[in-house]
Amino acid sequence: MRAREVLGFALRGLGANKLRSGLTTLGILIGVASVILLVAVGNGSAEAVKNSIGSLGAGSLTVSSSTTGRGGGFGGQATTGPRTQAKQLTVEDAEALVDPEAAPHVESASPVVNANSVTTTYATTSHNVSQFIGTYPGYFKAANKTVAKGAAFTRAQVDGRARVVLIGPTVATELFGAVEPVGKKINVSGAFFTVVGVLAESGSASTGFQDADDVAIAPITAVQGTLTSYGSLSQIVVRAKNADVVDDAQAEITTILNQRHKITGSTSDFTVYNQASAQDAVAESSRTFTVLLAAVAAISLLVGGIGVTNIMLVTVTERTREIGVRKAIGAPKGAILGQFVAEATILSLLGGVLGVLVGVVGSRFEIVGVQPVLVPSSIALALGVSVAIGLFFGSYPANRAANLRPIEALRHE
Amino acid sequence: MTPPVLDVRAVTKVYGRGDTEVRALRGVTLRVEQGDYVAIMGQSGSGKSTLMNILGCLDVPTSGHYLLDGTDVGALQEAQLSILRNRRIGFIFQSFNLIPRMSALANVELPLAYGGVKPAERRRRALAALELVGLADRVRHEPNELSGGQQQRVAVARALATAPSLLLADEPTGNLDTRSTHDVLDILDRLSAAGRTIALITHEDEVALRAKRVLRLVDGRIVEDRRQAPVQGPPPAVASGAVG
Repeated sequence: MRAREVLGFALRGLGANKLRSGLTTLGILIGVASVILLVAVGNGSAEAVKNSIGSLGAGSLTVSSSTTGRGGGFGGQATTGPRTQAKQLTVEDAEALVDPEAAPHVESASPVVNANSVTTTYATTSHNVSQFIGTYPGYFKAANKTVAKGAAFTRAQVDGRARVVLIGPTVATELFGAVEPVGKKINVSGAFFTVVGVLAESGSASTGFQDADDVAIAPITAVQGTLTSYGSLSQIVVRAKNADVVDDAQAEITTILNQRHKITGSTSDFTVYNQASAQDAVAESSRTFTVLLAAVAAISLLVGGIGVTNIMLVTVTERTREIGVRKAIGAPKGAILGQFVAEATILSLLGGVLGVLVGVVGSRFEIVGVQPVLVPSSIALALGVSVAIGLFFGSYPANRAANLRPIEALRHE
Repeated sequence: MTPPVLDVRAVTKVYGRGDTEVRALRGVTLRVEQGDYVAIMGQSGSGKSTLMNILGCLDVPTSGHYLLDGTDVGALQEAQLSILRNRRIGFIFQSFNLIPRMSALANVELPLAYGGVKPAERRRRALAALELVGLADRVRHEPNELSGGQQQRVAVARALATAPSLLLADEPTGNLDTRSTHDVLDILDRLSAAGRTIALITHEDEVALRAKRVLRLVDGRIVEDRRQAPVQGPPPAVASGAVG
């Protein structure tokens, strides 16, 4: 008795009841497809979050003043009440951070002043820029802003209080439409700025709740004279030498600012926000999300497996007489066992293969705003599990068939 | 000297226990030599089906011994019994019991497949067996495309294909019309004439008349053992020239 013949018997058995076999296969198909698809959706949303965070600038740190909270941490808001003597961040603070001696891991530190919702006009068109930023040239690299057209302003222009501006793609479209913006003058709350460049699209506009492209960046000196006062900074954006030394840079910044602000205790008047640790937190939560989705999918796969057992039990009962005849003419126990295990495995393997197909095709489409990203190991796992399901869930009915006593099986009507 | 094909020694079979105890066989002793053609007759409840199951190695006796071709069946394990059924016994059932949705050829090949015969050899032997029962032109047909008589002839071919020591037929004509009954009995006569050992269970006198020897079973005991023709020789119908 060869394996091929046992397989032939199994196929003939399945073919005898095509609708039933098809429905059972469908159960496994749905299980496998949902494992692959839901894991891909979880993975896809994790990737999307990672990309949008990455586009804000990996390897960069943001220092902002806080009247409460601890120094050096991120997001810590829980320690003490307001400090009466809190010092604001200044341009001098920012310049003190660029110090090869005290802060060897800091590449650049850009002071940032920020004006929200600034009305700009060009000719007869006007547009409210949601973020009007005044800063140093180092900001472009630190905040991952790329200049698509024209050029960034220089340090000399900052020192010379030049009224030049780079605008985000959203602003360019709203204000200029098809007109070439570079070289044109725009009116920003009564002051004229010359557009010297247009930023590239940040790529995170679709996932963030704020349009990262609705932005204008000008020298800090020019903004401070026109849109904001000469007082404090809203933040300092620091770029570490590379992504691996972000933690070292963070420690150096904390030390320097503690000295300058004469802080000795645990309470601090500034917060250093670390992009990398935020990324870790998000990655962690999206992993949980993926595991949750996979668990739901695994349950549906399990239900599909129970469907296989169920249908195989029905098949064995229905074919009891045939099993009796086979035994009477000398079928060894192994051949009967093999035939029914093979039937169950073919059902679930077929469902598995079709499920992989559906899963792979389905993952090409966007699902609830998330572009799924296939995880190859989930395909292998789902296929493997579907075969295991056939073997496991098919073995009980098959054993029942193989252990039938021939006289009783023959008497069965 | 070769051992008898069937050697049944004081076999009893009891079903159930206590109040529900049923003594189906109460000590049956029987020897069947090679080439014999035995009809076992009896009313329903006489124990003939139980005897048939024991002879076919489908059931084991409560006490006593049963030797098939000199092998004590009582000492064998399930796996060895299935080999024994495959090689030594050819079953013919009252309700044909062909496997549905398999062609006549595949049905006849089935016991050979379980016996591990190679595909080419299997096909040759299955075709020869089908030729013998006169169904060479129906090999591709499935059971539901065949008449009852044809199905039973396929079943006879299936029983023959492994060249067993014993053909065991349980009321082979019980579900057939007169014409088909004659066809099947003629085939059995020819097989007997060719030297096959046949044991047949029936309650029809017409069928029993064709056998060389008739046993009558009443209440689990053999009450009559009548020889109608010698063991080494043609069955009565062939001897009288009714069947060629």
